[in-house]
Amino acid sequence: MTRMIDIYSILPVMIVAGWALLLLVVDLWIPRHRKGITALLAAIGLAIALGFVLASSGNTILGFNQMVVLDGFSSFMQVLFLVSGMVAVALAYDYIQRMNINHGEFYVLMMFSIAGMMLMSQAYNLLMVFLALELLSIPLYVLTGFARTRLESEEASLKYFLLGAFASGFVLYGTALIFSATGQLDFVGIAAVVTAGSANSVLFLIGAALLLVGFGFKIAAVPFQMWTPDVYQGAPTPVTAFMSVAVKAAGFAALMRVFLVLFPSLSEHLTPILWVMAALTMIVGNIVALAQNNIKRMLAYSAIAHAGYILMAFVAFGNGEVVGNTVAATLFYLVAYGLTSFGAWALVIVIEREYGKGILLDDLAGIGKHYPWLGVAMLVFMLSFAGVPLTMGFWGKFYLFRTAVQAGYIGLAIIGLLTSVASAYYYLRVVVYMFMKPGEPKLQINPWVSLVIGVAALAVLLLSLIPWTILELASRAVLLLQ
Amino acid sequence: MIPLSWYLILAAVLFSVGMFGAISRKNAVAVLISIELMLNAVNINILAFWHYHSQSLGYTEINGLVFAAVVIIAAAAEVAIGLAIIIAVYRLRKTVVASDINVLKG
Repeated sequence: MTRMIDIYSILPVMIVAGWALLLLVVDLWIPRHRKGITALLAAIGLAIALGFVLASSGNTILGFNQMVVLDGFSSFMQVLFLVSGMVAVALAYDYIQRMNINHGEFYVLMMFSIAGMMLMSQAYNLLMVFLALELLSIPLYVLTGFARTRLESEEASLKYFLLGAFASGFVLYGTALIFSATGQLDFVGIAAVVTAGSANSVLFLIGAALLLVGFGFKIAAVPFQMWTPDVYQGAPTPVTAFMSVAVKAAGFAALMRVFLVLFPSLSEHLTPILWVMAALTMIVGNIVALAQNNIKRMLAYSAIAHAGYILMAFVAFGNGEVVGNTVAATLFYLVAYGLTSFGAWALVIVIEREYGKGILLDDLAGIGKHYPWLGVAMLVFMLSFAGVPLTMGFWGKFYLFRTAVQAGYIGLAIIGLLTSVASAYYYLRVVVYMFMKPGEPKLQINPWVSLVIGVAALAVLLLSLIPWTILELASRAVLLLQ
Repeated sequence: MIPLSWYLILAAVLFSVGMFGAISRKNAVAVLISIELMLNAVNINILAFWHYHSQSLGYTEINGLVFAAVVIIAAAAEVAIGLAIIIAVYRLRKTVVASDINVLKG
């Protein structure tokens, strides 16, 4: 029997998914040269869902026989997903016209993917985790290959699909083994069996490790990062921007929910693995980024490195004293990183003349002189990525490092600091090219894209003056997590 | 009565075969087939355990059965998208051998 409260608990997800289905039909009557209407309708749908998320935040509901949960954590993540979706629509509107891939399905697929992410943040059953993972991934495979006349896009799509499907195989096998060990699929049941001590510990541990592998692919943690640079480079840039922010956030949402609720008892086995993964992710991401001269690839490696910083704080997931800080710091970092990342990718969209052309470091020459405000905005984003004070990136890193030190992982924090210093080299190189090399760039700047750049730059600067307000929001999300 | 462990070993072997195929094969369609093998190995594992748990509980729980059905549906959706992507690649490049499709590198 479905109760009203069940419907209420997933209302925003239903709105996004239902709206996307309707839009798919409505889009048929929108002529090819007026696809801006589809973009606008998609943004309106996301805004309505955002309104419902905000209205229902603060409640804690277990809906559909404990299949889904509505709590502060899910509300926080859903706001993040919906806002990233709206930003991605704003970035895509001009881009897909210029690149001649102006089909309305773009926005619909993006909405389906957002519905998957929102469901992911609410999942309270391993079946729902898997379903949400597929719902978020499958539209993204298509979006990655959306420029279907460009081989780069198709190759990226093929690679993303094959590795993504491979990774979902691991998630599934992990789920199956956890089901084997406990006989349960929902988190409440599994947690009860584990607490009672009647779970088969070997199968349970292998299952947890396989889930870690599967989620590792989604968040692009080393050694599961090999798809990231190619996919980020080949995909249409607004899709890349969306992936680097929202998909990463969704991966971390799943990782946090599953690990904090189900696996605290396994922390002594999993902590060393996570420690090595975090260290490798930070080192590989930052070192390889040094050698890139394609900006999309460089930002891809930088995205890998930033996942490493978050993992560094996540290593302490089983430590009951600091786990609250871990989640708060992670949520804060996802916001800080999302703002910075969208700004930087918006700038890549501005300079990308043709599909995949004009995005080498040399193409940045002269932008600082001819378009000073673009140059200054990029300077802000790069400083924020590098973690220089007076930006959101600094506070994000500060909270993550603080959590790592609190949990006693000083070695890991030192690795993080050193790689962070190394990363300043390639971030500042972008600024050097913009301001110190002579060049005559000719850019067509769409007002929506410049709006995104301006708002992101201002937010990165101004919110850094009051970081505790966001941290407090993130901490309140933590309280309702378990 | 076949003991439970046989099913689990079969599932583990099938999963490993699929994983090996997905890593070693160069043809995108063969990789897709290998991935399907992995998913079906999971289904065997789930159904065997669902049966085992139901027997030891004395009544039939529905969760494992539903899970297997969902896996089959999701796998079908994945194959539909995957084959579409492979066809799109084939139209541009006239090959589905993954190692020949390498414009992205660095």
